[in-house]
Amino acid sequence: MKLTLKIWRQKNNLDKGKFVTYNVDNIPEEASFLEMLDILNERLVLQGEDPVTFDHDCREGICGACGLYINGHPHGKYKNTTTCQLHMRKFKDGDTITVEPWRSEAFPIIKDLMVDRSALDRLIQSGGYVSVRTGGVPDANALPVNKHDADLSMDAASCIGCGACVATCKNGSAMLFVSAKFSQLALLPQGQVETYERVQKMVARMDELGFGNCSNTYACMAECPKGISVTNIARMNRQFLAAKIAEPLKK
Amino acid sequence: MKELNSKIPAGPLAEKWTNYKAHQNLVNPANKRKLDIIVIGTGLAGASAAASFGEMGFNVKVFCIQDSPRRAHSIAAQGGINAAKNYPNDGDSTYRLFYDTIKGGDYRAREANVYRLAELSNNIIDQCVAQGVPFAREYGGLLANRSFGGAQVSRTFYARGQTGQQLLLGAYGALSKEIEKGTVKMYARREMMDVVLVDGRARGVIMRNLVTGELERYAAHAVVIASGGYGRVFFLSTNAMSSNGSAEWQAYKKGAMMANPCFTQIHPTCIPVHGDYQSKLTLMSESLRNDGRIWVPKKKEDADKLAKGQIKAKDIAEEDRDYYLERRYPAFGNLVPRDVASRAAKERCDAGFGVNNTGLAVFLDFKEAIGRLGQKVVEEKYGNLFEMYERIVDDNPYETPMMIYPAVHYTMGGLWVDYELQTTIPGLFAAGEANFSDHGANRLGASALMQGLSDGYFILPYTMQNYLSDQIGVPRFNPDAPEFMEAEKQIREKINRLMAINGKQTVDSIHRRLGLIMWNKVGMARNEKGLKEAIEEIKALRKEFWQDVKVPATSGMNNELEKALRVADFLEMGELMARDALMRNESCGGHFREEFQTADGEAMRNDAEYSFVAAYEYQGPDAEPVLYKEQLKFENVEVKQRNYK
Repeated sequence: MKLTLKIWRQKNNLDKGKFVTYNVDNIPEEASFLEMLDILNERLVLQGEDPVTFDHDCREGICGACGLYINGHPHGKYKNTTTCQLHMRKFKDGDTITVEPWRSEAFPIIKDLMVDRSALDRLIQSGGYVSVRTGGVPDANALPVNKHDADLSMDAASCIGCGACVATCKNGSAMLFVSAKFSQLALLPQGQVETYERVQKMVARMDELGFGNCSNTYACMAECPKGISVTNIARMNRQFLAAKIAEPLKK
Repeated sequence: MKELNSKIPAGPLAEKWTNYKAHQNLVNPANKRKLDIIVIGTGLAGASAAASFGEMGFNVKVFCIQDSPRRAHSIAAQGGINAAKNYPNDGDSTYRLFYDTIKGGDYRAREANVYRLAELSNNIIDQCVAQGVPFAREYGGLLANRSFGGAQVSRTFYARGQTGQQLLLGAYGALSKEIEKGTVKMYARREMMDVVLVDGRARGVIMRNLVTGELERYAAHAVVIASGGYGRVFFLSTNAMSSNGSAEWQAYKKGAMMANPCFTQIHPTCIPVHGDYQSKLTLMSESLRNDGRIWVPKKKEDADKLAKGQIKAKDIAEEDRDYYLERRYPAFGNLVPRDVASRAAKERCDAGFGVNNTGLAVFLDFKEAIGRLGQKVVEEKYGNLFEMYERIVDDNPYETPMMIYPAVHYTMGGLWVDYELQTTIPGLFAAGEANFSDHGANRLGASALMQGLSDGYFILPYTMQNYLSDQIGVPRFNPDAPEFMEAEKQIREKINRLMAINGKQTVDSIHRRLGLIMWNKVGMARNEKGLKEAIEEIKALRKEFWQDVKVPATSGMNNELEKALRVADFLEMGELMARDALMRNESCGGHFREEFQTADGEAMRNDAEYSFVAAYEYQGPDAEPVLYKEQLKFENVEVKQRNYK
């Protein structure tokens, strides 16, 4: 395949950045999108040019490291697919492909297509866990969990933390990400002990870190590579309201 | 010569760990605050250890190579985690899990370590459930189990095909909780360049900040290496792109020993290789072998037609299919251990029965399962794996069988550790895949997650205290001490040397060539001639690398430099792996020497001469390492030829 790539190049967070056009050929159809970039980078290195920087690791769609805006969509336009699982057979010979980093206030650009998503870690740190210590816990079967709830919990827990939801949201909101973690725990009896505290802390942290609010456009769900549902956002909103009334956190 | 003391506690097998805990030294809470621990890696072992140390009150610094601790490669583990809960009431017990693991490892692991692992397996499940890990459940609300290779009971707990992800996120949650409290300080996008010794003890590390390119010095009272395995020495593997063996290798060069480096797991169910630009291979979970049946055509002409695309799998009649695992191993069938399944696939493909155009693929067929269970149940069990397969291969596995072939997956070898998970350097510990301890010559499926978490949650929190108990009077170390400055200087020189070469070959192109040498000569089947050639070829390639590699001399972030530093180490590790494979004149587990096989092609162990752990001590560049042998004693299992027939 012969392709024209328009790739965002930016030296660092202070640099203004610009699109640079590269023409590549002999790209095999079976190659993944990232392997196509590997081929480009191999060529750039040999030419003495700076290779394109992008995040990637497991290359099987589970670690959440990769994330490119491809032709205006995070991870490309195909449903339930991460960038690393997008294959070149989905493009046509002669296509022009535009590649950009996640663009969101909460995700400063580090270099080229690589952004700093540590704000997502800080969100989890605010309460995205059950506060148990190692050891001293009851037998695993001491606490039965309704299978339907367990399955819903697992659906929410499938989030890979790639940040596509934030990147695609016009408000830069992290509601889908936060509500997925919140719902995973809220649906299980183990997590319910801290529900009210958790929801208030996580929402407060979201505001502190400069994430925007949710205005229900559902763009996040449409672009989520793991198909995380916006019903999680509704669940979190309900619980947030309940918590504010029942057990508001003291400032 | 150093003494290799495994420090196995006295007493009957089932009481060793209890006895150890009863008599070990502890550190009181006020003193814990004065002690610093460094953890390298945030996979299951690293994250669980760091979180647990933090909860106990130690000061912890933890480092990961990715942008977030949640992305460590444990996340990619699919199938499940073993535990001896015996919830299905099918005859499981601590002893049986211990026995299966020892036998699965082909009697090349320590009894005491493996028994402790089996003992702790149940605590892990309890811990993870308490953390809110959404394991699969039955309609009655209790936990579900499935079976895995090498076992006749169902003892594997799972969260769809994403068990590693869910367990890791559980440990990441625990870690996040400690980071929030301030007991653990997290450093992301850092790679370990060296471990620093002061007066013979591990006292810190030199890290490279991957964003700024700066070298950073960190000091502590003890260091834990939990950096995973070194399977990417083969270039193509199921490991993540940043997985590497360099932290282990630097520890080895500082005096820690590498144990059983040649024991590599080649996983039987991976998507076959399809091109030379390919960057990695994708695993299809072993759990698929629960319901999938593996076969190739009985007739060579059918295989030829498949290769040419003239017929499809469905065109081959039932009686013309060779379900070779069921034929050769009727007792375990498709659920034989990984090494056995991989070799059997290679045997069929080498004999010309491969089912794709490269001749290196076999079928994994779900037709029977779909007929028996219905598509909906199959979808519920394996849906995400089927989707992943379809995305990569562009073929629907509900309609046509999957094509699979073995690929490098896991390294059983690693840093030699004693019962306390301490290396031969005092104060330097190794956990998870980075150590060699529990899997012998072959790891059973769903055991890696178990080992990583038992090391981190339940072993290191005890043994670390035992080590630190006499360190309470030792004041905090200054990372500007001469030992640290010297180590940093040497790394800087190495980096400058690499950047100055400015040759004509990219790092990846040399890495690929190393991978081919390893795969062809130090891979699934090995022989004396090939191994000797491999050693020479790797030496030559190493020389070529240091003369002709091209690493951009960019300051700050430099991905090519990162890769070059790792490949420089792989070029040394590969040689040690070949040497170890050459030394071991027997076949055991994942190590198959063609000269040592039974008449029907099964691995032939040599217990009289090789029932030992091979631990190597570094002697300097280009010098042959010294081999130490830790004899393995089997007092609780009868050592016999593995039989899955």
